[in-house]
Amino acid sequence: MSTRRTLQSAPDLLADLDAEAMDQGKLQTEEMLINMGPQHPSTHGVLRLVLRTDGEMVLETTPHIGYLHRCAEKIGESVAPYQYVPYTDRLDYLSAMNNNHAWSLTIEKLCGIQVPERASTIRIIMAELNRIASHLVSLGTYGLDMGAFTPFLYTFREREYILDLFEAVCGARLTYSYITPGGVTDDLTEDFVDRCRAFLDYFVPKPAEYNQLLSYNHIFIERTAGVGVISPRDAIAWGLTGTCLRATGVKWDLRKCLAYDIYDRFEFEVPVGLPEGGVMPVPPGMPPVVVPAGVVVGDSWTRYALRIVEMYWSAHIVRQALDRLPAGEYRAKVPRTLKLPEAEIYFEAENPRGQLGFYVVGNGTSIPSRVKVRGPCFNNLSIVSHVCRDCLLADIPAIVGSIDIVLGEVDR
Amino acid sequence: MSVEEIGSVLSERFGDAIIEFVAAGLHPHAVVAAGRWHEVATFLRDDPRMGFNMLRSVSGVDRQAQNELEAVYDLIAMAPPEGSREGFWAARHALAVKVRTERANPHIPSVADVWPTADWHEREAYDLLGIVFDGHPDPVEDEAGRHPRRILCPDDWQGHALRKDYVFPEAYGGIPGRSEIDASKPVK
Repeated sequence: MSTRRTLQSAPDLLADLDAEAMDQGKLQTEEMLINMGPQHPSTHGVLRLVLRTDGEMVLETTPHIGYLHRCAEKIGESVAPYQYVPYTDRLDYLSAMNNNHAWSLTIEKLCGIQVPERASTIRIIMAELNRIASHLVSLGTYGLDMGAFTPFLYTFREREYILDLFEAVCGARLTYSYITPGGVTDDLTEDFVDRCRAFLDYFVPKPAEYNQLLSYNHIFIERTAGVGVISPRDAIAWGLTGTCLRATGVKWDLRKCLAYDIYDRFEFEVPVGLPEGGVMPVPPGMPPVVVPAGVVVGDSWTRYALRIVEMYWSAHIVRQALDRLPAGEYRAKVPRTLKLPEAEIYFEAENPRGQLGFYVVGNGTSIPSRVKVRGPCFNNLSIVSHVCRDCLLADIPAIVGSIDIVLGEVDR
Repeated sequence: MSVEEIGSVLSERFGDAIIEFVAAGLHPHAVVAAGRWHEVATFLRDDPRMGFNMLRSVSGVDRQAQNELEAVYDLIAMAPPEGSREGFWAARHALAVKVRTERANPHIPSVADVWPTADWHEREAYDLLGIVFDGHPDPVEDEAGRHPRRILCPDDWQGHALRKDYVFPEAYGGIPGRSEIDASKPVK
């Protein structure tokens, strides 16, 4: 049908095309290679996708990465664990607190450091606030990718409040280096708890606004529902983690499944992908998030929507942590020069984008002999060539955006 | 299944191919002979007692003192909830596998067909350490032989940066690579 319409609307240009042959698929068309990126706005950084296209159809997608490669692992082999903290900020620079947290937990586990209760609780507050901030960027920019400009302004407005809180505790707005092996670098400011509570009261109604603005927008659903569907089997095989894995219906979250740090002391739910009509769990008193018609488990809409629901639960965790924030030390007594034992460890933590893992080999000196960073985005992105096949060109930003990559951590 | 039990199942089944099994410590691991690694990997994934369905990471390590390169595969077995489909998946057990190869001519069979995650991770291990994964799905053939395509560094990069004896190049494509180079003189 659509072919005929096109022919009628442009009779002169297509006069020499045989409409009947076109309908029967006999028409010869040429394949074309298109470079999308590395400077394309919807690749979220310097990612280059080489697309083999036939008209509007994408037959094959080959990602090329490495434009932001800084050899972060080599640096890890030449500095002490404390000195490496600022480098972890720059991996996934939208969730620096979570990166600091994962690195600190790895080193503490390797060296057998016990962290005071207060420090652990502060860290949970920071990690969950950063999860909200990171998801806000993800939602806003995904809206931009799909042609919705307004939600971006709203999400960045809310993110500012979180950045103000971070600035109050550590002075930085993006690269915090606040959580270090042994605890945190400074105690909370006196008014932090009140300010943080005020923020939560302000923030908690917001995700429902985003739902109205974007999630249930008809055009947005058309662009994302049923697009880029990943099966649970593929997700596990390709090592997907975080919302990309949970969107396929696999209920897997390290905060629950391995309960690292003190996450076992908090009550929270973890949303997973549901078919249309499903109701995602939200904290009491929140408006329900119902999956609209057309959505398939594991598609782009689900990956996007899980982040909204996760923000509710992160706010819920922060509130519990503020309620039970104990008095005491904000860091353990750890020597300035930390000697790493002759041992090795592989540790993963649940970051906003998935599991961030560190493999550290100690050799008896203060500098590790190997630091490997297992980035969630690196693994999540690797499925792109498998998913972005036989789809429309316009689906590529919808799929890549919903996977939510940060190239700083893909390229390290 | 406890790590010790996994160890006994593996050594019973593969005998000499399991060179070493370390159950204690922070990072329980098996050292597997490179020649039989693909076979062991398939067993680890498919045997119901093992069930290692997710490969989390592949880390290349330069063991310069032993004159070896090593690939460390961190595996985890995730199991769906029993009965109801509502609950959390369970982490059954985790294990690391180390495969070692000589430093001068490093070859390890690729397991990208067992766990697709390995595709990019093996490319990275080739790029940064020069471990050649035989049978890799994305190969390149050049003067260095047949090896996985580089992933982080440019295709024409020389050397492998995470080797302990790596010397950073003086220049790459006319761009000085070190700050101490006199910028007024042309770069070789």
